[in-house]
Amino acid sequence: MDTLSKTAIKKDIQTPVRITGSEAVVRSLLNEGVDLIFGYPGGAIMPVYDALYKVQKELHHILVRHEQGAIHAAQGYARVTGKVGVAIVTSGPGATNAVTGIADAMIDSTPLVVISGQVASGLLGTDAFQETDVVGVTLPITKWNYQVKKAEDIPYAIARAFYIARSGRPGPVLIDITKDAQFASLDYVYNPIHYIRSYTPVPDVNLDQIKEAARLINLSKKPLALIGQGIILGNAEQELREFLEKTGIPAAWTLLGLSALPSDHPLNVGMLGMHGNYGPNIKTNEADLIIAIGMRFDDRVTGDLKSYAKNAKVIHLEIDEAEINKNVHADAPVIGNVKDTLPLLTASVSPNSFPEWVEEFRACYRIEYDRIIKSQLNPAKEGLTMGEVVNKVSEACNHDAVIVTDVGQHQMMASRYFKFKQTRSVVTSGGLGTMGFGLPAAMGAKLGAPDREVVLFVGDGGFQMTVQELGTIHQTKIPVKIVLLNNNFLGMVRQWQELFFDSRYSFTELINPDFQTLAKAYSIETVKVTKREDLDDAIKQMVNHDGAFLLEVVVEQEGNVFPMVPSGASVSDIRLE
Amino acid sequence: MRMKQEFTITVFSENQVGVLTQITNVFTRRNLNIESLTTSMSAVPGVHKFTIVVFATHDEIEIVRNQIEKRIDVIKAFVLTEDEIIHQEVALYKVPTKALLSGNEIESLVRKYGARILEVTEEYTVIEKTGHQNETQELFDKMDKYGVLQFTRSGRIAVTKSKNEFLDNYLKTIEQKQKGLSAN
Repeated sequence: MDTLSKTAIKKDIQTPVRITGSEAVVRSLLNEGVDLIFGYPGGAIMPVYDALYKVQKELHHILVRHEQGAIHAAQGYARVTGKVGVAIVTSGPGATNAVTGIADAMIDSTPLVVISGQVASGLLGTDAFQETDVVGVTLPITKWNYQVKKAEDIPYAIARAFYIARSGRPGPVLIDITKDAQFASLDYVYNPIHYIRSYTPVPDVNLDQIKEAARLINLSKKPLALIGQGIILGNAEQELREFLEKTGIPAAWTLLGLSALPSDHPLNVGMLGMHGNYGPNIKTNEADLIIAIGMRFDDRVTGDLKSYAKNAKVIHLEIDEAEINKNVHADAPVIGNVKDTLPLLTASVSPNSFPEWVEEFRACYRIEYDRIIKSQLNPAKEGLTMGEVVNKVSEACNHDAVIVTDVGQHQMMASRYFKFKQTRSVVTSGGLGTMGFGLPAAMGAKLGAPDREVVLFVGDGGFQMTVQELGTIHQTKIPVKIVLLNNNFLGMVRQWQELFFDSRYSFTELINPDFQTLAKAYSIETVKVTKREDLDDAIKQMVNHDGAFLLEVVVEQEGNVFPMVPSGASVSDIRLE
Repeated sequence: MRMKQEFTITVFSENQVGVLTQITNVFTRRNLNIESLTTSMSAVPGVHKFTIVVFATHDEIEIVRNQIEKRIDVIKAFVLTEDEIIHQEVALYKVPTKALLSGNEIESLVRKYGARILEVTEEYTVIEKTGHQNETQELFDKMDKYGVLQFTRSGRIAVTKSKNEFLDNYLKTIEQKQKGLSAN
């Protein structure tokens, strides 16, 4: 009997149909509009996998090689599409393997629903085989989690999970389903959830707050806008541009706000943060008004808080009330979704422009160009730099690719030197800085944006943390372009050891395998570049290849990322060398 | 403001397993020691109430309140200072009955502090006192001269000094808003 076809499913939102818990899981996902999930089977989740088997055409499942890969892939998918990423894992080690990714999604506000299998409810608390208190373990790193022990709770739990994951400030939700609940039967009806009494995802806009912010903006002589992921999460890129263009305010972006504003926009003055651009960092303490839009004043952006934005009033546009005054005092908080608050603010401010103030940022850029960027993009020395590789790949992709990065020096280089024309073009692990994020996230991103070029920048360290996902790329035939920037070192840590620990390279040197042989083992087309003259052709080969490709570039061993705001220092003390 | 002072936080939540852990995690994460914690059903059916006493600075407690309210099953959290509440705690003192029989000092303490005798056996007597923490502490200090065998105090419970119940108003507002939205 065809219980899981599309027509059968459409009916069951209103008329109860008698099915098993595992079928209810699958139907609920389909009712939520899910068509792609990542996962790895195991004993406690087998009934769900059996139900999945029957709907392979409607609900595509990608088998990964490690549950961490499933979560990161779901994250990559969610980041490029704006939809909720879904991953399915088994109990015990399956669930604990997912913990890193869930923590990553929590701190970077990525909407995820993770379904974990659990031992039968009668075995709970007995230290049964592959039993772990995953609800307890993930309580602090999920927006919400819930253990389902009865089949009839499944539709409600999943509906609630999706609503919570995607609304307000997005985040990961975990639903733990006992094996007996998966086997048992229920009268299935699906009721999507739009309201939870104890949860206010988007606080009401307060017009007095808008008025006060507009007043401060109209008085300001040296304003600086800080753009974060909130713009992308709120789909407010257009509203942002209109606000900036009316007010003439220069804007700098956080790592997660990257690509919300096109790289060549006249008011885009560069990247904030520890390895951001010189201008935005040094001008922060000269500004008289900071307008934080959908960003949370992470310590990598602010440096030492005691000396941060000391001469400025602060406006903070934010959907999450708990972020207001958490790190930086807000003189004018503006609560709400930036998609709603920005247009109201734009309507209340006077048209303006700050040509001399913006020119000061350009002057800073010229200094940075002479001291750092020039030699990074057009090095005179023999060794290849990460910057020049990133720059050439960006050109070859017409500045229109989605870049995914792992974590480390290459991440900073890719963020600094890749160029962007459209939004949702960057997938990177910001808050948690998870090495190993890149490769699986790139898989998810490519599957979520099949029509865009997806390029992964990854270091030799991070690559090896989740290298098993080459198997997923091979099996599922995901055409990701992987640029492996190989310096045979744990680069970022080595840089800190050079700068702050007298170059005592304690356990940061990597003796690496032959990555070429590794790629070939997975039937992935690959090329290795060690000399500058071979780079352009290799990049062209990668871009033109119709499938997954690994471009390994051996870069200088002891290259450093500059500028740098040393940890705990003021942003004004940004170092150019 | 850098000075730490005593705050009473009342949290109202849905009656769900795990909410207590989520609330206490907020304090643990910020290295704040919980002085007392009581939890029980509130006057509103289905709504649970937590009363937590903590020493913190003004800025810290605002952040804590926001982080608690962020949890999905938490309906609302209120921060109150001592002058905004009327509060009590219960203390039980177990003293050897011998001490009671060998003079009337304990009896006069019981009378003076408005305590009452809950239970008398051959071995021990249990005395109960309700009051503020400093009052129950004072009685303990005085009684301990005669040897308190066992002592326990409950956490703090409190009502606000305001006329209206904050939570009732809040629930009414959100329910009205929801009705308004669904009517459209």
